[in-house]
Amino acid sequence: MPETVDFIPFVNWPTWLEGLIVMAVVYFAFVSVLAMFFIWWERKVSAHMQSRLGPMRTGLWHGWAQSPADGLKLLGKEDLLPDDADKPLFRLAAYLAFVPAFAALVVLPFSAKFVFVHEMHVSLVFIFGVLSLEIVGVMLAGWASNSKWALYGAIREACQVVSYEIPMGLSLLAPALTVGSLSLAVIGANQGAGLHEWLMFRNPFLFVAFFVFFIASLASCKRAPFDLPECESELVAGFLTEYSGMRWAMFFFAEYTVMYIIGALTAILFLGAWYDPFGIILGMEQAGQSWAAAVAGAGVMVVKGFTIVFVQMWLRWTLPRLRIDQVMYVCVKVFLPASCITLIGSAAWQWLAGGLFQQITQIVLTVLGTAGGLYFVALLARALVKPGQGILPTIITSWHAEPAPAPVAPAAAEEGQANG
Amino acid sequence: MREPGESITTPGMIIPDPVNVDALREGAGELRTEEMIINMGPQHPATHGVLRVILRTDGELILDAIPDIGYLHRCAEKIGENVPYTQFVPYTDRMDYLAAMNNNIAYCLAVEKLAGIEAPPRAQYIRVIVAEMNRIASHLVAWGTYGLDLGAFTPFLYAFRERELILDLFEALCGARLTYSYMAIGGVRFDATAAWCDKVREFLDYFEPKIAEYNELLSFNQIFIKRTANVGVIPPDRAIAYGLSGPVLRGSGVKWDLRKDTPDLVYDKMDFDVCVGDGRMGKVGDCWDRYFVRVLEMVQSARIIRQALAQLPAGECRAKVSRAFKPPVGEVYYEIENPRGQLGFYIVSDGQAVPYRLKARGPSFCNVSILREIARDCLLGDIPAIVGSIDVVMGEVDR
Repeated sequence: MPETVDFIPFVNWPTWLEGLIVMAVVYFAFVSVLAMFFIWWERKVSAHMQSRLGPMRTGLWHGWAQSPADGLKLLGKEDLLPDDADKPLFRLAAYLAFVPAFAALVVLPFSAKFVFVHEMHVSLVFIFGVLSLEIVGVMLAGWASNSKWALYGAIREACQVVSYEIPMGLSLLAPALTVGSLSLAVIGANQGAGLHEWLMFRNPFLFVAFFVFFIASLASCKRAPFDLPECESELVAGFLTEYSGMRWAMFFFAEYTVMYIIGALTAILFLGAWYDPFGIILGMEQAGQSWAAAVAGAGVMVVKGFTIVFVQMWLRWTLPRLRIDQVMYVCVKVFLPASCITLIGSAAWQWLAGGLFQQITQIVLTVLGTAGGLYFVALLARALVKPGQGILPTIITSWHAEPAPAPVAPAAAEEGQANG
Repeated sequence: MREPGESITTPGMIIPDPVNVDALREGAGELRTEEMIINMGPQHPATHGVLRVILRTDGELILDAIPDIGYLHRCAEKIGENVPYTQFVPYTDRMDYLAAMNNNIAYCLAVEKLAGIEAPPRAQYIRVIVAEMNRIASHLVAWGTYGLDLGAFTPFLYAFRERELILDLFEALCGARLTYSYMAIGGVRFDATAAWCDKVREFLDYFEPKIAEYNELLSFNQIFIKRTANVGVIPPDRAIAYGLSGPVLRGSGVKWDLRKDTPDLVYDKMDFDVCVGDGRMGKVGDCWDRYFVRVLEMVQSARIIRQALAQLPAGECRAKVSRAFKPPVGEVYYEIENPRGQLGFYIVSDGQAVPYRLKARGPSFCNVSILREIARDCLLGDIPAIVGSIDVVMGEVDR
């Protein structure tokens, strides 16, 4: 197993200042496009799940320009600050939520070559820490708004954070411990040989850790069923109640960017990072085609990240929301012990298991995981291929072809129709 | 932060001291907690219109929830004293605007009883058909918005997809999609054609399998059950004491349905079951039971419509009633089973063309009265679950 990875830097930055400028431009563009795409995509996904079409008019093709148009509208809105708000904090909160999402991308590898800060050996810890900063922005937003609903949103976020961060952190440690590195690049580089080498399938504890991590990560993205800080049916809009215009959009950009980061992180830690399931990209790397492998790997990485984002959307538009005590119960009483067990279990597994037993376990888990994945793909395919359940019957469409529906009864004409 | 007992709305609306705050705060230890009064509504996404609930909270814990009504008051009863009998029908549309057909029927039946008019059999069957269709439409809204209250968006869209078909059918029947004014004193305004009846059957064929889908999506979802079971429990005796009716009463396990117990129209010729809550997921009378009664009632309504369509007799659909008819001196109280419960009209006639007094007994108004009792000592997240399970329509609460 590779202990370290020799990164060939994307470009050699002579000075940190140039690097900073390039990062600001490139990543800001990337984050904006990504967030706008996700917002559009979420609207389309939700629409198709609800037998609607979603945005169709803005732009020529399937309303692709809806997100830029919305962004333009939000830019043009009045810069509104509530009178009683703590104005500096109110302003600061939006940036404090946005910047960490941006910063986390810096160490997120897209493939063996494409990573901005490649010397970072603790990138996993860095991402986890930086993402936690976003929460400060959310809590600050709720506090500074000086609105009771926003305060509720902020306090709920705080409750949620103390509940999900520990199981999430512990379940992150299990793959790191199995590989023996906190560098995302090294963790990723260890999973290239094929589906069975993906960390999720290495041992049963990692298999469980994947699910714990995924569910806890939903909470960290504030996605349903853990969208309590902003749940609009209880708290109006939670911590976002007093926000509008571009500042509100900042939170959304942050949310959607974090969704991708979490998706990519899940892929790197558990789902084979930038390698395909059949070892083709690893083969390319070993054959010396490192650039081709890097490009293909980045493509695979994006596909995996988007798939996980899609699952997050799928869950959001299917499930009701938990109550705050249930969130805390699930995280503290179920996931916390589970993640402790996965951590200890993975450690013990490293020590004890090996040889044939290890291989058999990997094969069994791979088959299990693949079957589960295929089951959900089949569910989706069924919905796409057999849309009959979501399509309206002919009642509406055939109706207008009919002659004038109900003839007026003679008595009605007599009365002269007093109704309005 | 206000002092306990200080009036925060109208004089007379006093927030009392909570009974057992210390017990509720057990475990807080040395922490100093403070109560907060928070205003839920009249503009709030979860209060289904303009219901205002004043919450007294200790953190997420609700110590008291006081419904404050009257934001949609439109003097419907006073108007009733100033318009001829036939002209009051459109005002009933605007009471429970999700079940305008049922409101029309309740009013017309009351006036018919007062004046001794009997609607022709065909009219009675058509009334049953449209009343049950409107019950399905109303329960669909209740079902969909309940999902929305609990954070599930998709059921809402599914419910409105199906409701749209019912509205199309109503539009074809009477030209209106929400406020129908379809009932006239002595019958219905327009006859239902055979083609329309076929469309209703077609709709039922489409709709009935959908209910299984609803259950899969929402009713038996584990998160949904966790959110609603054992929440907002109304014991049967309290339900009766508060004068609750409709699915809220039946959710508490009380088998009382005016369609069965004092059948009007042709309900006595229909074969259907009265659905009651049985505490399948928690205690009898919790939010899940009230919710599930509505789902089951949609099935029963579809059954009734099929039977009524099959038995629909030929003939007139409206008795001859003079436009300016004057009922004899007297008074009448008549109530029917509206989707939300018992809707009654009390009419006093002094022999003139306009009523001397007209009073409506609205089910939502009575049902919302229990909110304060059951929405106490719960969590903030339970408030939408409880309000949604009572399924109030503010147009009818305030009238």
